[in-house]
Amino acid sequence: MTDLLGYMLWFAVLIGLAVPAAVWMNRVYAGVPAFARTERTILRMAGIDGSRGMGWAEYAIAVLILNAVGFFLLYAILRLQGVLPQNPDGIVGMSPDLAFNTAISFITNTNWQAYSGEAQLSYFSQMAGLTVQNFLSAATGMAVGVAVIRGFTEPKGATLGNFWTDMIRSVLWILLPMSVLLALFLALQGVPQTLLGAIQATGVEGQEQIIARGPAAAQIAIKQLGTNGGGFFGVNSAHPFENPTIASDLAQTWAILLIPVAFCFLFGIMAKDRRQGVAIFASMAVMFVIGLATIHLYETWGNPLLGSGANMEGKEQRFGAMLSSLWAASTTAASNGSVNAMHDSFMPLSGLVMMVFMQIGEVIFGGVGAGLYGMLLYVVLAVFLAGLMVGRTPEYLGRKIEAREVTLAMLAFLSMPLGILVFAALAVTVPAATAAIQDAGPHGLSEALYAYSSATGNNGSAFAGWGAALPWHTTAIGLVMLLGRYAIILPMLAIAGSLIRKQPAPESAGTFPTHGPLFVTLLVLTVVILGALTFFPVLALGPIAEETARLAGQTF
Amino acid sequence: MSKHPILRTPAGQLQRAAIRDAFVKLDPRRLKSNPVMFATAVTALLTTVLGLRDLVSGTGGAGATLHISAWLWIAVLFANYAEALAEGRGRARADSLRATKADTMVRLLAEANTPPEEATMVASSGLREGQYVLVTAGDIIPTDAEVVHGVASVDESAITGESAPVIRESGGDRSSVTGGTRIVSDSLVLRVTAEPGKSFLDRMIALVEGAERQRTPNEIALNILLAGLTLIFLFVVVTLEPFASFSGAQIPVVALAALFVTLIPTTIGALLSAIGIAGMDRLVRANVIAKSGRAVEAAGDVDTLLLDKTGTITFGNRMADDLFPAPGVTREALAVAAGLASLADETPEGKSVTEKAREILGRGLPEAPGAEAVPFTAQTRLSGVDLPDGRRLRKGAVDAIMRLTGQSLPAALAHSVETIARSGGTPLLVAEDRAILGVIHLKDIIKPGVRERFADLRAMGIRTVMITGDNPLTAAAIAAEAGVDDFLAEATPEMKLDYIRKAQAGGRLVAMCGDGSNDAPALAQADVGVAMNSGTPAAKEAANLIDLDSDPTKLIEVVMVGKGLLISRGSLTTFSIANDVAKYFAILPAIFVTAYPGLSVLNVMQLASPTSAILSAVIFNALIIVALIPLALRGVKYAPSSAAALLRRNLLVYGAGGLIVPFLGIKAVDMALAALNLA
Amino acid sequence: MFLQQFRPALVLTLGFTFLTGLAYPLAITGFAGLASPEASEGSLIISGNEVIGSRLIAQPFSGAGYLHPRPSASGWNAAGTSASNLGPTSAKLIADVAQRRAAYETENGQPAPIDAVTGSASGLDPDISPENALAQAERIAKARGVEAGAVLDLIETHVESPLLGLYGLPRINVLETNLALDATFPLPTQSPGN
Repeated sequence: MTDLLGYMLWFAVLIGLAVPAAVWMNRVYAGVPAFARTERTILRMAGIDGSRGMGWAEYAIAVLILNAVGFFLLYAILRLQGVLPQNPDGIVGMSPDLAFNTAISFITNTNWQAYSGEAQLSYFSQMAGLTVQNFLSAATGMAVGVAVIRGFTEPKGATLGNFWTDMIRSVLWILLPMSVLLALFLALQGVPQTLLGAIQATGVEGQEQIIARGPAAAQIAIKQLGTNGGGFFGVNSAHPFENPTIASDLAQTWAILLIPVAFCFLFGIMAKDRRQGVAIFASMAVMFVIGLATIHLYETWGNPLLGSGANMEGKEQRFGAMLSSLWAASTTAASNGSVNAMHDSFMPLSGLVMMVFMQIGEVIFGGVGAGLYGMLLYVVLAVFLAGLMVGRTPEYLGRKIEAREVTLAMLAFLSMPLGILVFAALAVTVPAATAAIQDAGPHGLSEALYAYSSATGNNGSAFAGWGAALPWHTTAIGLVMLLGRYAIILPMLAIAGSLIRKQPAPESAGTFPTHGPLFVTLLVLTVVILGALTFFPVLALGPIAEETARLAGQTF
Repeated sequence: MSKHPILRTPAGQLQRAAIRDAFVKLDPRRLKSNPVMFATAVTALLTTVLGLRDLVSGTGGAGATLHISAWLWIAVLFANYAEALAEGRGRARADSLRATKADTMVRLLAEANTPPEEATMVASSGLREGQYVLVTAGDIIPTDAEVVHGVASVDESAITGESAPVIRESGGDRSSVTGGTRIVSDSLVLRVTAEPGKSFLDRMIALVEGAERQRTPNEIALNILLAGLTLIFLFVVVTLEPFASFSGAQIPVVALAALFVTLIPTTIGALLSAIGIAGMDRLVRANVIAKSGRAVEAAGDVDTLLLDKTGTITFGNRMADDLFPAPGVTREALAVAAGLASLADETPEGKSVTEKAREILGRGLPEAPGAEAVPFTAQTRLSGVDLPDGRRLRKGAVDAIMRLTGQSLPAALAHSVETIARSGGTPLLVAEDRAILGVIHLKDIIKPGVRERFADLRAMGIRTVMITGDNPLTAAAIAAEAGVDDFLAEATPEMKLDYIRKAQAGGRLVAMCGDGSNDAPALAQADVGVAMNSGTPAAKEAANLIDLDSDPTKLIEVVMVGKGLLISRGSLTTFSIANDVAKYFAILPAIFVTAYPGLSVLNVMQLASPTSAILSAVIFNALIIVALIPLALRGVKYAPSSAAALLRRNLLVYGAGGLIVPFLGIKAVDMALAALNLA
Repeated sequence: MFLQQFRPALVLTLGFTFLTGLAYPLAITGFAGLASPEASEGSLIISGNEVIGSRLIAQPFSGAGYLHPRPSASGWNAAGTSASNLGPTSAKLIADVAQRRAAYETENGQPAPIDAVTGSASGLDPDISPENALAQAERIAKARGVEAGAVLDLIETHVESPLLGLYGLPRINVLETNLALDATFPLPTQSPGN
């Protein structure tokens, strides 16, 4: 009962933070006069006319080039970190395949970590490499999100906006100020923020302990706010240094979902019909709550095979089942990927929920910007089917959904089964790949499936017992992360570019309302039937088979 | 609705032809345009080959494999059958049309004014656009043409089904003739307006036959969606083999094939083209010819209807509604005077006045032998009779009568006149010599049911706009009475065009109908333009739909057909996709249970055995196609209502129904298989 | 179009590397150092010149006179963290847990609470449940030669409650409580801290 009260209060605070954030974001993306001079100066230095709107293709090219430059720079830093400054622990350069994997991981906002931070990254790599891409990949997602919203909502003939302007605004006026506040709060809670190296302690019983530290608070703030999720330390936000207190834990769960939730409301504000944003938020919230409740119940009931009480394997005492479940649901719903408990050790059906959240394409809040444009993909499909059922060419916000939009939506949609099913099938077949699997039985299948679901969804969390560092996987997952990011961004921008050229039709009794419970039901069913059902067969062989085995007392 | 007895081809004959065609359509070149059924056929072929291989090599399980293959083939045949059945109905009509298109010899004239004797005989099939031909009574008009000289009556029943001949003459709005119609009297000189093979009749034959059926935009989009889903399920099934073998389950290829075919949207894939053909056929049976499929769908999208007042909203003519006598005159006396004054007036208005007079008197009008009719002229703007006894009865416009009599109106009459005018009616004064006897209220009579129809349209989100030449006052009154949303008074063709452009700039889709040449620009501009078949070639060329009955209310029917077409597609797609849930629950436990016995909990339907589970799903998948053929041909039932209400209803019927029905159906098939010992 | 976009990409990446990669973390380092040097440097517990450990990081305890932390898959390695990551049907996990339970119950003569037999997520969990701590009290009291009630009382004072009574579990910080034990009830054979 107190758990329910706690969840409700948590949800209320989240919405209470997200609504003003959305209002602020709307102002920022429209241009705040007081910031205009700063923006102009930066844009001039970069050699761009930031007021010039872009078509979808130009916008997409700008996204790709920024991310490409980011990739090469990050790759170089990771390879050369051994000779670069700020390396108090003397860490050597990364291997080529791991650097490839890590660089892609951070430019795509995935933050899949096939390495352990404290052991394989210098402070310079963490700060100038990863933290920078935490900002830039998040800003990329937000800019694309805003551009897509413009495509759906701006009047005919408008442009999708200027990528560079949107990107700069995302960093300077949204991500950076929020990160500063959160980083300071976390530092006060006990998250280290120091350039001093690891410290050697001599314990009470005389044993030596080397305690890794570093400038963690600054990176953790942006890793949560930007739905990046890449931990400073190997065990991510389960590490007492990344997440020392209950207050730090709550602050981080809010930070994970703040901007993704705000994007729903921003959509409503930009559409000049707040109900549209509320409907999308409600659709996401319904699925989130169902998933959260499932995880919470299974983790609280615990695993009788381990003894009575909640399932505490891979969980921290201070968080217990509730805060671990809340985090697990939040981090997989938003494509964050940080963890405060080990997902590999969650109950089978909890793991199923987390996988489904990722497999449907990270559209339950999802990544910053990315969650909204991912959900709009489902909206296009839902509206197409429903629109036909009311006897008109389907339209959304007055814009007709026609063959071009459906083609692009299907193209984007194909990337999920391709990345997840095809690559996970290879991962359980190819001998060079199967060595990664730690657990026997159905849980082993779940590990591989989770990895590719996470990579394709640009989530970054893992069933961490799985050996992500095998060269096969660093390469394959690198490719899948690219697929999961750009095979959605490009078609969605193209859809936005196509919609913005259409004359919106006025609303009438003949257009079915895209707000209200009926639409929410329709959208949720579309996500479940088109998105989740695709993965039902393989989930049956993974988590569902494991659950039935567990109930029968079978172990592997 | 149909006036074509020929359409009543014996049902058995149609079905026999459709069954034959179902096999003909197995030709891969024909199948490949339908990705879903093509995938089904390829899968069926694959499992057949595997079954035969097992049969020859004597491996076990060949029987079950061939049994499943058979049902996969049956699904493809059912899809072909549905399409053939839909096409067959059109083809019967095409055959009857083709019969009127016999090649005959016609008299070709060098010039429009070449004397008939100098005509040369040529084959009608060789006529080119711009050539002149002479046709006389009894001839079949060889091709589409425009009348250059002459007046004649023409029997158009071959095209329209209407048996009464119509007048065709040069100039004006009745100058076009259609190939295949027959001239009944007199003779005409025609200028050919269609190239060989491009005549209206040719187009109509191609259209009803479905041979040149172009896919409509939404059908194309839906096809892409279905192809995409097929590809996704291909990924699902192909990758299931490695996942299963990792899990220690060996899944026979035939089981994967069965899973694939049951998951891909075969129901809608099988019925998609049948729905399209049947929709066009419904339009043809409503005697409307669509020049493109796009127009039919656009009709479903229309949210503004421009309707001509006359003929659509009101009966063509004004009718006498009531008589108001001047002070000191009895109503009867007024009725007698008005009736006598109109005796010689053969216009419908005049007739309605005598009708009204008889109604008031309750008897016939007094005889008036020797009365002399005074016809209406544009100068006097009045008409009447001069009676033998010297009395002169006149009726006419208010100002004309006042000028004639030199009298001013009594206050009571002036009030009546004003009331009538304000209500949208036309006041006519009746005078005897210099005395004004009273006023006749001529009124536009709104057709019965029109108001309700417009209310329905409004509920569907469609605005109706009345187009009229009346003055704004009159128009407003009629508009209010008829319940239209807006009106365009004193409308000129330019105003119509302008109105359409403005509405379109606001994102609206506009439909209108018209017949005159001056309507052509507006017809072309409108998203859906319906030309009357009796209209000019220019109007017919500009429109994208042609109404053979020349009935302006047809526009509303076209909108309904367009909507019905989309609703059928959307509903069956939803049904098809929702079906997958049950199929998962049938097939997955069957193929996984050897590896993980615990997964038998997924067998919620308690199907008898793995083999019968797979077979039941495949059989259900095939049978549901044939069960839904009538629905596809008839169209999903559609009552005018708001989009939200429609969506709720269809989502419940086809969405929830699509979830539940296959659970029951598969279980039923499974029980039947068990009872028959087939699996 | 590509070349046109290349310059802003390069300029902005370098500019933001400076701003978000250097200026931002350094500024936070500065502020945090000013606001709370103790917290920002790792909440270290220092005795004289010796760093004993961090109050946030578990360290191994095996002595009978101390509270024992939760099991750690990494052996309380604070320089390279990891967890067991074993799934809920893992035979190895179940065997490990059974073994830990047997050991715990032999050692303490009490049934083992779930947190005492399951590995923490970080392998560095600084806390244990109050039940776990209380079950160890008798053993600790015996080793320190004091009344069990006194140890129980001391443990009770170290219980941290859920935030607002809603979030998180009640818990006891092992290192701090052990230091308090040493301060209050010195071990008979061994001097505290060394």
